[in-house]
Amino acid sequence: MFDKMKSSYALVQRNFNMVRRDIGWELVFIVYEVVNVLTIGFIGVNGPKETMNERVLYLVAGALLWGFLSALFHEVAESVAWERWEGTIEYSFMAPQPRGVYMFGVCMWGILYGFVRTVICLAAVTLMFRISLAGANLWAALLTLAASSLAFIGMGLAAAVLPLISPEKGSPATHIFQALVLLVSGVYYDVSVLPAWVRPFSYVSPATYTLRAARAALLEGAGLRAVAPDLVMLLVLGVVLIPVGFAVFSAGERYAMRTGKLKRNG
Amino acid sequence: MTAAIECLHAHKSFREPADGEDRANHRGRGLASLRVLDLVAPRKVRVDAVKDVSFQVKKGEIFGILGPNGSGKSTLIRLIATLLTPDSGTVTVFGRDVVCDRLEVRRCINRVSVEAAFFKRLSALENLEYAARLYGLDAREGKRRAEDILERLGFLHKKMTVPLENLSRGMQQKVAIARALMTAPVALLLDEPTTGLDPVSKREVQDFVLEVRETHDTTVILTTHDMQEAERLCDRIAVIHGGEFVALDTPQNLKARFADGDGRVPTLEAVFFRLTGSNVDDWMREQGE
Repeated sequence: MFDKMKSSYALVQRNFNMVRRDIGWELVFIVYEVVNVLTIGFIGVNGPKETMNERVLYLVAGALLWGFLSALFHEVAESVAWERWEGTIEYSFMAPQPRGVYMFGVCMWGILYGFVRTVICLAAVTLMFRISLAGANLWAALLTLAASSLAFIGMGLAAAVLPLISPEKGSPATHIFQALVLLVSGVYYDVSVLPAWVRPFSYVSPATYTLRAARAALLEGAGLRAVAPDLVMLLVLGVVLIPVGFAVFSAGERYAMRTGKLKRNG
Repeated sequence: MTAAIECLHAHKSFREPADGEDRANHRGRGLASLRVLDLVAPRKVRVDAVKDVSFQVKKGEIFGILGPNGSGKSTLIRLIATLLTPDSGTVTVFGRDVVCDRLEVRRCINRVSVEAAFFKRLSALENLEYAARLYGLDAREGKRRAEDILERLGFLHKKMTVPLENLSRGMQQKVAIARALMTAPVALLLDEPTTGLDPVSKREVQDFVLEVRETHDTTVILTTHDMQEAERLCDRIAVIHGGEFVALDTPQNLKARFADGDGRVPTLEAVFFRLTGSNVDDWMREQGE
């Protein structure tokens, strides 16, 4: 078990080294994300002054949570596309390790990378808006984030199959999937404003439950008991989506090996 | 005795976009055969990459595969490397099936491909450390082994921390060889490992392959376009053409087969041209593609 963990750590260390080498680009991405979150936060500054804190916090919480979840999803879903682009897919996939070891490493990196980026954005937001988190239940919010990570890892694993089975069209398709989750999950608005025919999709998106529970914890100071239904839903989605995502990925890998798509581009 | 590597009636085909002739033939069948889908998705045809190939490689043998571009050499290597599943037939490595016992096969083998497949913005050491951990080695031990191999291949120590994108193709290929040997594989798949190397580097790599065989009894399958290399390294050579083996023998026997009436034996290159039905002009044109 410990040996497998060490092999998974190879992915974390490799991606950390890549970030270190591309630190200039990383700074660009972080600055862009910080500015994006601040811009969204300023929308909440409009309106009555007494409720400004709630409005800003509502929007900023959505932007920060979505930043974390989309970074996690992106790192997992794009892991294959990235290997293919670098030309290392054959070498990495030939390693004498169960595929779960590889994917676990990718997921660990996704959580770590998303968390660090979110903390940087949170620091910038706190400085800019001087938001009061006096009544917030931070532990409940963090627990929500942890529970939602499982479901997003499951979705990422399923989406990672797209670049595996379609070298050219797979990667753009993962972005479309990500955009649709953003639309239906109520990141910047309540899902009740969605057209009736779109709303059912919000019920199957883990981001909907994440945002609802995290906002309740941050804005209303809701405790574990209050957010428990959403946490249970997130855990159920995680327990279902991780094995389903892994099964889909494994089936995709078998298909790629049968059709000769497990290879570099070009 | 069990063969180290065995292919029995291995067959692999792929669906590829139809060329102009195929499309014209299809159109000839009349309007009924036209599909609206053709406008957005090109029609595909099945192309046999490896056709009913059978051979055995003995433990400690260096087995060469020669063939023109697109003849099926790399497909065969990828079948043995567990990166492809055969449509029919079986491929085994030390008695383990590449489909059913994939993980066990992967523990026995490593591969150097014609393209040095690395994270090019990382240094040689960073890439080797990643490979060592992923392949289940102790990172320090892997690094030490890789450094020894790189030094043996004439790779300057000061270049080990330079991003690989700033190193020559020859240097990158040496790192690829060090990475493959770092895991001490009992079977090594070398897919055109010296393509693009200068004569000195090529010689160093060839010497090292021979040394690895001598010291570790490693079984090697080598594909190459370099006839001198094949003749120098390989115990036996198979010539593949159009996905089929058209000859398999020792280099001496292959040449002897085409000796003229006076007993003069041709070069391996001449034998290759005879077996693949190509001439020097065709060959030069293919290499230029």
